[in-house]
Amino acid sequence: MHRFHERIVALVFAVGLLFVAATVANAGAYEDALIGFTTDSFGDTADAIDALTSSGDPRTGPLLEALKDQRVLYSAETKKVFIKDQSDKLIDAATGEAVATPPSDIEDVRLNNRVRGMLDAALGSLTLLAKEPSKRLDAAQAVFKSRDASALANIDKALEKENDPRVKKTLTEARAAIILNSADSSEEDKLSAIAVIRDRGDQDALGLIDGLPSDLPPAVKQAAISARGKIQGNLALWNALQNAWYGLSLGSVLLLAAIGLAITFGVMGIINMAHGEMVMLGAYTTFVVQELIRTYNPALFDYSLVIAVPLAFVVAGAVGIAVERSIIRFLYGRPLETLLATWGLSLILQQAVRTIFGPTNKEVGNPSWMSGAFDLGGITITYNRLWIICFTLAVFVALLAMLRLTRLGLEMRAVTQNRAMAAAMGIRTARIDALTFGLGSGIAGIAGVALSQIDNVSPNLGQGYIIDSFMVVVFGGVGNLWGTLVGAFTLGIANKFLEPYAGAVLGKIAILVLIILFIQKRPRGMFALKGRAVEA
Amino acid sequence: MGPFPLTRLLDRSATVFLGLLAAFAIAIPVLNLLMPAGSPLHVSTYLVALFGKYICYAMLALSIDLIWGYAGILSLGHGAFFALGGYAMGMYLMRQIGTRGVYANPMLPDFMVFLNWQELPFYWYGFNHFAYAALMIFLVPGLLAFVFGWFAFRSRVTGVYLSIITQAMTYALMLGFFRNNFGFGGNNGLTDFKDILGFNVQTEGTRNGLLVISCIALGLCFLICRAVVTSKFGKVLVAIRDAETRVRFLGYRVEAYKLFVFTLSACMAGVAGALYVPQVGIINPSEFAPGNSIEAVIWVAVGGRGTLTGAVLGAFVVNYAKTFFTTGLLAPYWLFVLGGLFIAVTLLLPRGIIGTLQYWHERRTDKKIVAVPESAPSAAE
Repeated sequence: MHRFHERIVALVFAVGLLFVAATVANAGAYEDALIGFTTDSFGDTADAIDALTSSGDPRTGPLLEALKDQRVLYSAETKKVFIKDQSDKLIDAATGEAVATPPSDIEDVRLNNRVRGMLDAALGSLTLLAKEPSKRLDAAQAVFKSRDASALANIDKALEKENDPRVKKTLTEARAAIILNSADSSEEDKLSAIAVIRDRGDQDALGLIDGLPSDLPPAVKQAAISARGKIQGNLALWNALQNAWYGLSLGSVLLLAAIGLAITFGVMGIINMAHGEMVMLGAYTTFVVQELIRTYNPALFDYSLVIAVPLAFVVAGAVGIAVERSIIRFLYGRPLETLLATWGLSLILQQAVRTIFGPTNKEVGNPSWMSGAFDLGGITITYNRLWIICFTLAVFVALLAMLRLTRLGLEMRAVTQNRAMAAAMGIRTARIDALTFGLGSGIAGIAGVALSQIDNVSPNLGQGYIIDSFMVVVFGGVGNLWGTLVGAFTLGIANKFLEPYAGAVLGKIAILVLIILFIQKRPRGMFALKGRAVEA
Repeated sequence: MGPFPLTRLLDRSATVFLGLLAAFAIAIPVLNLLMPAGSPLHVSTYLVALFGKYICYAMLALSIDLIWGYAGILSLGHGAFFALGGYAMGMYLMRQIGTRGVYANPMLPDFMVFLNWQELPFYWYGFNHFAYAALMIFLVPGLLAFVFGWFAFRSRVTGVYLSIITQAMTYALMLGFFRNNFGFGGNNGLTDFKDILGFNVQTEGTRNGLLVISCIALGLCFLICRAVVTSKFGKVLVAIRDAETRVRFLGYRVEAYKLFVFTLSACMAGVAGALYVPQVGIINPSEFAPGNSIEAVIWVAVGGRGTLTGAVLGAFVVNYAKTFFTTGLLAPYWLFVLGGLFIAVTLLLPRGIIGTLQYWHERRTDKKIVAVPESAPSAAE
């Protein structure tokens, strides 16, 4: 009876709170509630927390915070509650005065998991009235999750004052969650609550509807079932969009890694197994640039990638030209030997980097504009992925423009289409060969700058991309940049849509098997060159 | 070409090779078992196991030379067939452990007990019988090669495209075998073997026995390869290597020739893997790594592609160099050496060791030079 009485008192005061200034009206409620802490019973403690929350007394917040940190003590004899402050001084919870000589029977107020959960919910509903909108939002979300009926009064109070539309929406949803789970709310209230929850439409809303009590009125039950279907449809849509986004992101990474290969393998027909190592060189260039910036001018750190891109292009491109002049030019027309020689080259480059920089992963930081994320509807988009997609498309467009519009691009196309004729027209084919290979390698280097942002920078970085890159180029169609673009995004998206069903590894295996089968069907890829070029 | 098939089968270099192999197979066990440990002629058990490993590598190289040297099929996934044969043998050896495992389960290997599996997966049935395992050693790699080759050759996937998809194949297998729920021990693979056909795998006698068996298997594989390449069938293979389109226009079913030799080669690689596993005592998914397969190709290139004996020599030379470099202060430089070897051999020694010797010999005796692959026009590539 005592507990019931307490509740009634608390409720009366909570209602009264709406009309009268808080502290004065609830002076008694707060002190009354404190007694619950002095009985050393979890049930009484829980009731006391409830009562305190409803009291709306400003002293409640610090007291509950202290309780959560296990800094609240009580004396059963004097029926007094004390808070231990940061400097271990005891303060009377009711009067707020320091206590010089604590009672002899002083003991900690003990908590169990149930009480701790209530405490969190109570603190959540208290911060509903905090100054900062972000805190209020968090609190409203916490209440939505806990569905703590005692927070209802505070929610109503907060809703009246709330101006921020986002917080207001979350508060309304939290209110709906409480109403749906309480036995004594009316049918109309419940129906409108279901409408609110349905509009929220995310995983939590689904969980809430699934967790509803079974003894609902038939109309509400009906509404809940239809809301459930709607939420599920909504979720499936967002889920597909999220997968598509992940797929685009993976596709852009594949494209970035493969685009240089599309030049060296696709256009020139050189099997460059050291392509991955060119990517790695680009990533290590980024690392060196960032190290230098950290040492000499930390203020420039946000520009480190902008500086690294041209440098990586030059480094990888120069290595590419050197490789073409010293190894590959002797092996034209012998693709299998080229494959072996460049594989050997990749081993040497890996080991060289391992010798210089050590075998461990190197720390490459994200500039501030590439870290963080934002929500778009039901999906989360990270800035680094977004930037990589934009960057990839920019590189692709620039490369396409270069091949179409510049003199060098024209000569490159001429040499690949008909070497003898191009030579007869006065094009220095050997020079073009070297430059084309340098271009492909340089683009691989640029890819390395971007990949350093999302992958471990280690000597093995390139190894992880080489097979995928070849798959992309072969799948898209050799000698066709557009094919590479479509191939990369198709594989990326297919991979991400398979992952939820098959898991990451099996998804990848499935993709490899599908490509192997696809090559059987179309040995020259999706967008095969037609005519004489095929037999070249 | 002589009138008797035997003389065609065994030309001078083949006879020399088989003689050396036989001498090796007799000498090593004798020096290991009969010489006292202190004697300078004594061969340690470590070396016996090492040589056994080399012999298996040589078989793998031989199988690659058969398809690359004679049919122009550069497989960058032959390590997969080697590893599959190895896994088949490993499964037999695992079942032989029986109740001697850590968990003493009579049916399940330790790793399955560890993963809380209740019963043996169906694909492990029968591996307690050696005959069945021996059949699987041929059948599994052979079947995979047959299916893979049937698709690939029929749709005329050739040259580097074939190389890349074979690489993708072994890569996909590696990813799969790394998974625990595939039922092949995941990351750790199969190990802790106790005995094979009742003989303890750790004893000197068994090790020597395995070495001798490996040598015999290598000799048999060599003879089979010789029989293939010296027959009319082999001539067609060489023709396919040098001008595939022309051979097709002449009315030969190119894909059937390629498919047969590819499957045969995969079976040999499987046997090599099966003999390899009891000698090294472990098989794990890293055997599927694409790098291993490419490394095996370089053995052939070093020794001389299209010579068969060269493949064996190359496997010995490169692996001896690897052992020499990776066990000592020079370990960090091994990859430089290996990488340099890839480049140097393709640029400076395209015929390989044996190939170059043959070329000199033939030029000196002013015989007609056998067409060497890289000088031939390759229309299909």
